[in-house]
Amino acid sequence: MLEIKDLKVSVEGKQILKGLNLTVKKGEVHAIMGPNGSGKSTLASVIAGKEDYTVDGGSITFNGKDMLELSPDERAKEGMFLAFQYPVEIPGVSTINFLKTAISEIRQYRGLPPMEAKDFLKILKEKQKVVEIEANLTGRSVNEGFSGGEKKRNEIFQMAMLEPSLAILDETDSGLDIDALRIVATGVNKLRTKENAFVVITHYQRLLEYIVPDFVHVLYQGRIVKSGTRELALELEGKGYDWIKKEFSELAV
Amino acid sequence: MSGSNEILEEFVQGEYKYGFTSDIESDTLPPGLNEDVVRFISTKKGEPDFMLEYRLKAFRHWLTMKEPHWAHLHYPLINYQNISYYSAPKKPKEIKSLDEVDPELLRTFEKLGISLLEQKRLSGVAVDAVIDSVSVKTTFKESLSKLGIIFCSFSEAVKEHPELIKKYMGSVVPYTDNYFAALNAAVFSDGSFCYIPKGVRCPMELSTYFRINTAGTGQFERTLIIADEGAYVSYLEGCTAPMRDENQLHAAVVEIVSHADAEVKYSTVQNWYPGDKDGKGGIYNFVTKRGICLGNNAKISWTQVETGSAITWKYPSVILKGDNSVGEFYSIAVTNHMQQADTGTKMTHLGRNTKSTIVSKGIAAGKSNNSYRGLVKVNRGASNARNFSQCDSLLMGNNCGAHTFPYIEINDKSAQVEHEATTSKIGEDQIFYCNQRGIDTEKAIGLIVNGYCREVLNKLPMEFAVEAQKLLAVSLEGSVG
Repeated sequence: MLEIKDLKVSVEGKQILKGLNLTVKKGEVHAIMGPNGSGKSTLASVIAGKEDYTVDGGSITFNGKDMLELSPDERAKEGMFLAFQYPVEIPGVSTINFLKTAISEIRQYRGLPPMEAKDFLKILKEKQKVVEIEANLTGRSVNEGFSGGEKKRNEIFQMAMLEPSLAILDETDSGLDIDALRIVATGVNKLRTKENAFVVITHYQRLLEYIVPDFVHVLYQGRIVKSGTRELALELEGKGYDWIKKEFSELAV
Repeated sequence: MSGSNEILEEFVQGEYKYGFTSDIESDTLPPGLNEDVVRFISTKKGEPDFMLEYRLKAFRHWLTMKEPHWAHLHYPLINYQNISYYSAPKKPKEIKSLDEVDPELLRTFEKLGISLLEQKRLSGVAVDAVIDSVSVKTTFKESLSKLGIIFCSFSEAVKEHPELIKKYMGSVVPYTDNYFAALNAAVFSDGSFCYIPKGVRCPMELSTYFRINTAGTGQFERTLIIADEGAYVSYLEGCTAPMRDENQLHAAVVEIVSHADAEVKYSTVQNWYPGDKDGKGGIYNFVTKRGICLGNNAKISWTQVETGSAITWKYPSVILKGDNSVGEFYSIAVTNHMQQADTGTKMTHLGRNTKSTIVSKGIAAGKSNNSYRGLVKVNRGASNARNFSQCDSLLMGNNCGAHTFPYIEINDKSAQVEHEATTSKIGEDQIFYCNQRGIDTEKAIGLIVNGYCREVLNKLPMEFAVEAQKLLAVSLEGSVG
């Protein structure tokens, strides 16, 4: 589904990703862990197509299509979703209206007829339950005046509504208390199917107790330096990132 | 000084120099403005003497005035002798089908969601007789006249309701008010007149959309709306479709009189030609709009969406004379490319317990300049007056300017005045967030801007609001990225 090959990315002349490889197949959940500054959020942003990054080499293909050729909205329309680490506020635009616009744009791109209002409302109610989000939140302006937890839950709610085939969760656990974390994780688990895939980016192992990954990768100094299964995450939890830093310090050169 | 006085004298006393007579079969006057031109206009329109007298007084006063330049606007001096002040309503060039219309214009129509019929009418395609607006107009007028409502062109009102015109015309905006108001009073072409009798609630939105006025009356429009005691009317001016007009200078006057317990809602969507990307062409729009809450508990509410014109100079105002009267001003002003807008309001509190609300949303893109200019004035004796003002500016890109000039004059200690102002930039992260949900940049800007303007859009009548939303998006097209 997603294939990243030898990806090299820089920001303002500084190289952040230095030849990253990652393959995600449908039905899989991948966790990407790593210390601060290792390039985790850069990876999420580059996959989604954020402008501030320069791709110096390598490729990102998604369902056989070259993503680097597509604009951010086209990538989203292809079925890619990014749950933001810092969701943005859009004053005056209700989440419902926002999603209605998004869904109609996506459907148009895929050559589908517009969604009927009653179908939209039905799905809306259904998904509100899945992510345990209060109906009054979705009626309010997108993220405006939301608490940190509400913003993250709204991200998962939007993901549920848009039904992407690949969802990238960028540090969705940051700033969440344990209850909010559980709700977010439960939402994600309910949305897992054999047809979709998740890339969960996190600093801590904690989230992975709730969202159990099939693969765990350690990102360090712009490269994936170690891959394994869930046990790797536990090992990291026990030993901390210093162990990785020591072992791979020569990469820093 | 004596030199210029002589010239003025010459103008005022001037002989019948250009030899116009009323029986000349001319559709358009050559450029130039003098008393004979004023007389010609009046005669051509078959006006009664009092109207001609009024025009002449206004003209003579105008000659003593100077064009104002206090606004934050820059434009070359206007040569008033270079303008033609009368042209009979032009018959549009006969176009047989939409295929002959400028495709760019059609594309805009489509984006605005304007019906095919309306598209044809706006672009001057001959519309077949059955659906001609004349029939619509007639049924419309009949149902209104049953309620005693008068809604007609200004010219018609001058002839048929001279007592109302004499009583109210110039009572809110006298010709001495300002340069452009004086000019308008001297040479006004046509406009709308509306009178709602005591206790009558006008059952429909009165609208220039229905083309009650003949087309081509735009340049020096004059509108007068009177709501008698306890009456209510909602009036819509303008059109969301792009208006291409050959007249560069527009100087309109709108007067509203709201008697005790009456309410007038006045909504405008202005989309005159703004000129091209380099600021060539475009309409200069100098408008004087003012309402007076004459009696107790009267209310006047202005809502405007200004997206067009190269220059906008416009301050819809309310004089709150009656006790407990209410004045409101809700505004969205968009400028793009080289457009300049200096717009706002004046709320003058004279009565006790009077209340005013100002919500202004400015949006500047391209190399444009967008200014809010407002005055809140509370006179001595206007006890417990209250005002709330909110002026927000949204900037798109790095080459535009947003300015706020709020003036507050308080002469009564019991007044409560609040002013809030914000300036923000449309964020790239907001756009990226929308992009990431599958919404392209153009649509994203539309969405964000409409969200920003929601408080004002909510004040517009439903149908108008939908069109205004689309208009905002179209006006800002290509302003980012």
